[in-house]
Amino acid sequence: MMAFFNTDLGIVILTLLKSLALIVPLLIGVAYLTYAERKVMGAIQLRKGPNVVGPFGLAQPFADALKMMFKETIIPAGSDRVLFIMAPMITFGLAVIAWAVIPVNDGWAIANINVGILYLLAISSLGVYGIIIAGWASNSKYAFLGALRSAAQMVSYEVSMGFVIVTVLICVGSLNLNDIVMAQQHIWFAIPLFPMFVIFFISGLAETNRAPFDLAEGDTEIVAGFFVEYSAMSFALFFLGEYANMILISATTTVLFLGGWLSPLPFAPFTWVPGVFWFLIKLFACLFVFIWVRATLPRYRYDQLMTLGWKVFLPISLGYLVLVAGVLEVFGWLPNV
Amino acid sequence: MIANILFYIVSAILLTSAVMVVSSRNPVHSVLFLILAFINAAVLFLMAGAEFLAMVLVIVYVGAVAVLFMFVVMMLDVDFVALREGVQRYAPIGAAVGLVLFAELAFVAVSWTISPGANLLRLSPTPTDVTNTVALGSLLYTKYIFLFQMAGAILLVSMIGAIVLTLRDRNRGKRQNVDLQHARMPADTMRMVNAKLGEGAKMPAPTEEVL
Amino acid sequence: MRLDRMARDLLLAEIVSGMALTLRAFFKPKATLNYPFEKNPISPRFKGEHALRRYPNGEERCIACKLCEAVCPAQAITIEAEPRDDGSRRTTRYDIDMTKCIYCGLCEEACPVDAIVEGPNFEFATETREELLYNKAKLLANGDRWEPELAKRLELDAPYR
Repeated sequence: MMAFFNTDLGIVILTLLKSLALIVPLLIGVAYLTYAERKVMGAIQLRKGPNVVGPFGLAQPFADALKMMFKETIIPAGSDRVLFIMAPMITFGLAVIAWAVIPVNDGWAIANINVGILYLLAISSLGVYGIIIAGWASNSKYAFLGALRSAAQMVSYEVSMGFVIVTVLICVGSLNLNDIVMAQQHIWFAIPLFPMFVIFFISGLAETNRAPFDLAEGDTEIVAGFFVEYSAMSFALFFLGEYANMILISATTTVLFLGGWLSPLPFAPFTWVPGVFWFLIKLFACLFVFIWVRATLPRYRYDQLMTLGWKVFLPISLGYLVLVAGVLEVFGWLPNV
Repeated sequence: MIANILFYIVSAILLTSAVMVVSSRNPVHSVLFLILAFINAAVLFLMAGAEFLAMVLVIVYVGAVAVLFMFVVMMLDVDFVALREGVQRYAPIGAAVGLVLFAELAFVAVSWTISPGANLLRLSPTPTDVTNTVALGSLLYTKYIFLFQMAGAILLVSMIGAIVLTLRDRNRGKRQNVDLQHARMPADTMRMVNAKLGEGAKMPAPTEEVL
Repeated sequence: MRLDRMARDLLLAEIVSGMALTLRAFFKPKATLNYPFEKNPISPRFKGEHALRRYPNGEERCIACKLCEAVCPAQAITIEAEPRDDGSRRTTRYDIDMTKCIYCGLCEEACPVDAIVEGPNFEFATETREELLYNKAKLLANGDRWEPELAKRLELDAPYR
C-alpha cells in the first residue's frame, strides 16, 4: 500500500486526498467565519447577531448558502459573458490554491516547497485579476470604478508587504515556510519585528479589501464595487473568496510572525498540546482582530489610503529592513545559508 | 510520464495563448492571454527546476506589469472602424517592417548552433545541496555584483526621471493637510468659560498660529 | 507637546483607544430583544390598530358625528349614517382604510364619546391589501377583543387629557 503512494499515480492521488483534507475544513471555516463575523460585530454593536436558525444560529451559514444556490444568476446585457463567469472562479480558486504551502504543523503542508513565501506573494498578486476582470466584464460604471480602486490598492500594498516579508527572510535565511516557523523557536518575530508585524497586518487588511480599506466595495459611493452585477452563486464565490483570503492572510501572519504551530511557552504542559491546535488558536486570534477592526474603524478616503501605502508604510518598512539588516550584520546574527 | 504529459499540455497552452495575444480582437482579451502565457511560462520554469525564476516571473510580470497593461487597455475606448481606416495607407510600410523582422529572425534561425559546451554542461547535474534562490544569490551578489548594481542604478534613474517629468506643483485649490488637522487638539481651539449674565465671555486676542 | 503628539501618532494611540472601546462593548450585555417572544413595553398613548368601543351594556358608542372623518388628514375614514329603528343616530358604514392611515391619532382625539380609539396592537400585518380595508364589523370586533386594555389605557391617560 505504501509503495503505491510512491508511484507517479500514487503521488497524484495522495496529493488530491491531502488537498481534500485541507479544502473541506477550509470551506467550513469560511462558512463559519461569516457567522463569526456577524456574531462578533453584533456583540460589539450591542446586538446578538444571528440566533434563530439552529441553536445559537449555528445553521445560519448553511441557510445562506442554500439561499444563494437557489437564486438566479443574472448576467447583465453587454457584459463579457465568459469573463464575467470566470472572474469569481479566479478569485475563489486563487484563494484556495494559496493554501497549498501553508504548514499547519511541522511538515504538514501539501507542498513544502523551497520558495513557499514567494509562492504566497505570487498568488496574492494574482488575486487582483479576479477583481479587475469582474469589474471590466460587468460593463457597469460602479463595477469598473471599484475594480480600478481595488487594483491600485492591492498593487500598492503589495510593495510594502514584500519589504516586510524580506525583513523576515533576512532573519531566517530561507524562503521555506517550515524553516521560517522553526526559526522562531526562541522568539516569535512579532516581538523583535513589531513595527513590521503591524504594517504586515494592516497591509493584509488592504490586500483583502477589508474594512477600513474596503473602498473597492464602498457601499456609500459605488454601491458594492466590482461585484455589483453579481448574484447567486457567482456572488457567493466572491464572498467565499474574500473570506478565504482573510483566513489566508491570518495564516500567513501566524506563520511569519506568530511562530506558526509552535507553542507560546516552550515547556511541558504547553508542548503536549498538538501544534495544529496552537496554529488554529493564533489563526482565530488574527481573524478576530480582522473583524474587530471592521467593527471599529471608519472607511479610509481613497487618497489617504494611497498616502498611507506609499508615503508611510513604504518608507517605514524600507527603513526597518535596512535597520534589521544592519543589526544582524553588526552583531553577526545573520543566519547561515 | 506525468511530467512529460504536463509539459506538452502546458507548452500547448503557452503557444496557443501566445498566438491568441496577437489574433484576438478585443485588446483586453489579448492582455489576458498574455497573462495566461506568462503563467504557463512560469509553470515551465517550475518543471525545469527554476522555482525562484518561476515565482519572480509571476510576481513581477503577472502581478505588476500586466496589471498596468490591463489598466491602460481597459481605459482605452478602442474604435475598430477608425483603426481599419488607415490600413490601406500603411499596409506597404507595415509589410516592409514585417519582412525585415522576418528576415532577421530567419537569419538567426538558420545560423543557430547549439554551443559546444552545452552537452558538457548537461552532463554536470544541478547541485542539489543548495536551493535555487541561494545559488542565484551567491552568483548575483558576488560575480555579477557590478552588473547588478548598474541595473539597479539605471532603474533608479529612470524612476526618478519619470517622477520629475510628471510631478508638477499644482497650486490650484486648497489642499488638506492631514497632519495639521491631526495635531489640532480640543484644548488648542476650545475654551470652556463660565459666562456671567449680562457680561458674556471675552474673546482672547487671536494668536499667530491659527491652524 | 508636539513630540508627545508624534509619539502618540506613531504608536497608533487613537486607533488603540478606539479598539479598546469596542472591545469593552463586546463584553457588555446586549440590547437585543428576542422579538416575537420578548417585546418592549409600550406607552398607554401608543397608536396602533384602531378599534370601535361599546358601552358596558353592549351599545356601540359611535353616534356618527363624523368628526373623525372630518379631521382625518389622510382621509382614510368613510362614514355613512342613518337613524336606527329606535330613532337613535348610528352609523351604517364605518370604514377605515388602514393603508391610508398615518396613525396620527386625531380621530381618537376628535371623538366626543371615546368610540374610535387606537389600541396597543401593532401586529396586524396581512397577506393581502384587501384585508387592511377595515369595515365596521372588523372595528367593533377589535373593540370587543381589546376592550379591557383599551379601558385601562384610557384610564391611565385620562389625567393628561
